[in-house]
Amino acid sequence: MDFSLTEEQTLLKDSVAKFIQNDYGYEDRQKLIKTESGYSADNWRTFAELGWLCVPFSEGDGGIGGGPIETMILMEEFGKGLVVEPFFETVVLSGSVLSRAASPEQKAELIGGIIEGTQVIATAFAEPESRFDLNHVATTATANGDSHSLSGKKSFVLQGGNASTLVVAARTSGDTRDEAGISLFIVDPSASGVSIESAKTLDGHSAADITLDNAPGTLLGAEGEGLSVLKAARDESILALASEAVGMMEKLYKDTVAYTKDRKQFGMPISVFQALQHRMVDMFTAHEMVKSLLLRAVLSYVNNDGEADKNIAALKYYLQVNGQAVAHEAVQIHGGMGMTDEMSTGMYLKRINVINTLFGNGDYHLKQFTALAS
Amino acid sequence: MDTKFTPEDLAFRDEVRAFLDENLTDEIRSAAVGGDIQPETIVKWQKILFDKGWIAPNWPEAAGGTGWSVTQNYIFENECAMAGAPAVVPFGLKMVGPVIYTFGSDEQKQRFLPDILQSNVWWCQGYSEPGAGSDLAALQTKAELDGDHYVVNGQKIWTTYAQHADWIFCLVRTDSSGKKQEGISFLLIDMKTPGIEVRKIDSIDNQHSLNEVFFDNVRVPVANRIGEENKGWTYAKYLLTHERTAIAGVAQSKKAIQKLRDIASKEISGGEPLINDAMFQAKLADIEIELMALEYTELRVISSVAAGGAPGPESSILKIKGTEIQQAIAELSVEACGHYAHMLNEENPIGNDYAWAVSAKYLYGRASTIYGGSNEVQKNIIAKMVLGL
Repeated sequence: MDFSLTEEQTLLKDSVAKFIQNDYGYEDRQKLIKTESGYSADNWRTFAELGWLCVPFSEGDGGIGGGPIETMILMEEFGKGLVVEPFFETVVLSGSVLSRAASPEQKAELIGGIIEGTQVIATAFAEPESRFDLNHVATTATANGDSHSLSGKKSFVLQGGNASTLVVAARTSGDTRDEAGISLFIVDPSASGVSIESAKTLDGHSAADITLDNAPGTLLGAEGEGLSVLKAARDESILALASEAVGMMEKLYKDTVAYTKDRKQFGMPISVFQALQHRMVDMFTAHEMVKSLLLRAVLSYVNNDGEADKNIAALKYYLQVNGQAVAHEAVQIHGGMGMTDEMSTGMYLKRINVINTLFGNGDYHLKQFTALAS
Repeated sequence: MDTKFTPEDLAFRDEVRAFLDENLTDEIRSAAVGGDIQPETIVKWQKILFDKGWIAPNWPEAAGGTGWSVTQNYIFENECAMAGAPAVVPFGLKMVGPVIYTFGSDEQKQRFLPDILQSNVWWCQGYSEPGAGSDLAALQTKAELDGDHYVVNGQKIWTTYAQHADWIFCLVRTDSSGKKQEGISFLLIDMKTPGIEVRKIDSIDNQHSLNEVFFDNVRVPVANRIGEENKGWTYAKYLLTHERTAIAGVAQSKKAIQKLRDIASKEISGGEPLINDAMFQAKLADIEIELMALEYTELRVISSVAAGGAPGPESSILKIKGTEIQQAIAELSVEACGHYAHMLNEENPIGNDYAWAVSAKYLYGRASTIYGGSNEVQKNIIAKMVLGL
């Protein structure tokens, strides 16, 4: 029973924390999100130079053979800094799909490009009527010589407007909600038949609706067997996003404690009021508890102990309840200042809400958990 | 970072299971239900554990502990709870025992520890007073020096199982001049000493667990004082930190959820088992998930303790969340039982055979967020010690 980090993991954590501390101020971040891409190409190059973009990839694929534990360490620190660079979308979500499904040539090009910092890759899995069901795929792909023609609509594609390459789930056989018959494709976003409508989201990130009209796609992985790849990518995505949220929860309770020591009302710092102290203790406790469940889920996934599905569903539900509660309390205890755009508090709230919805909200995962627990 | 069981851990688990299969009878399983306890039966179980060398896993090996790893401790707690073993009575083994082996004299260690390990002596805890509950340091029970004895006068309250106790460990006031925390001493008192009277308190669960203990010129040898005079608060706080870790009750809550599932499979609602009801399922899942988070919080705390140092103020999380979860399970269990959750006596002839125990545990369990330092006091401690407020 050991929860300590290795020397390499500690070095990784320290290097990300140092970057966030010194080079990722909230004001700069707020300027970045108003630019067209919404993130800094310079930062992205820095991430590549520091070796962060290769962390989860196997040595054979050009990475350092890290896994969900290393991703957790990175994402937790990114969460504290509200990082907007497309690390999650490219390295975690698309990286997970590519690691599992890509041919050696595709890996060399795409994973190689991610590691060098030259590729931003978005994965399109959701559709207007799929909500959180990965198996709900109405978009079709028809064989067309060596390639396929894709037609349909993909929804809320994270970083879809910035992507140099798209990964798209489309159906090669079966009915809309069948588990079998879903295939994955590599799509060039600039190809004919691809139209991308990108918009900013409340948290400073962006997402796109993508319409495919006989767009050319290259098969990624085995035909008709894309769902298991997407499910694994979803699991790793949830672990990564929950890590980001745990970092944010820590920042939120610490910022709130610091603010109450500074803010005076009735002639004294408001930190002395027991009504507020107990609420901040609840925030601290919520953070520790979600962190514990995150560790449980990550270790269960890494150890492949047969409980990972259950632990991940539990984590996503628990994060919904506690992450949002901590963010709401932070806004409340910051008072009027919590309502301003100048303070980062509200931005954490908005990012946590986005994370809570991605890959299934609390209710969705509570149902999954119930089915698995009985 | 790793929580996998090694082959040695798995072998240990099998050994614990085999031991429980052989020794844990139904009689022993029913030795404690809520506040209803059968002293002879629980002592019998504790002696079986002692004979096996497993009575005090949390004690240092030299003092009679097992020398188990964190993982082995976790396995043992889990297996015992899931098999339905009653929890050991905490007052000797989990409270005063650790105080004696940490702060006691060699003579005190030799005199008291063997009887605690062998469950020859039943201890009770003399902390709270009518005017000193959450504000424990306000205690007034006075001990005045008279030669080589203290003369103790005053009253303790909420003393669990004092009616069974042979000895009581007491916080007493030996100095009223300075700060209230600085005039407290820690005494071990033989319950047979003249001048001690135990009176029953009728409690909401209709079981006899709570008492008042009165001291009228009770003469206690100075040799029964732990450590230094007026330093009792230090020893008391040490004990409370141990107590808080011990009352997270993760393994017991896992077992209680298993029982709740059984009940919900038997109870019928809307023409089918309650366990299939979506609203019930959501409530149950919510509690189970809280418990999964608590379990790993506890493992994080104990593995950091194993790496060096005593449990810190963050152990207060365990008390708060542990007792909240215990109560949530009990509340949902009562809800699951429907009408028969409200029967007065165990002997009542109507209804099923499980609802009474559910109800008794529920009512007794309302105390869990009050004892060991109320959950509100725990929050004050975290606010001060962890958040620096």
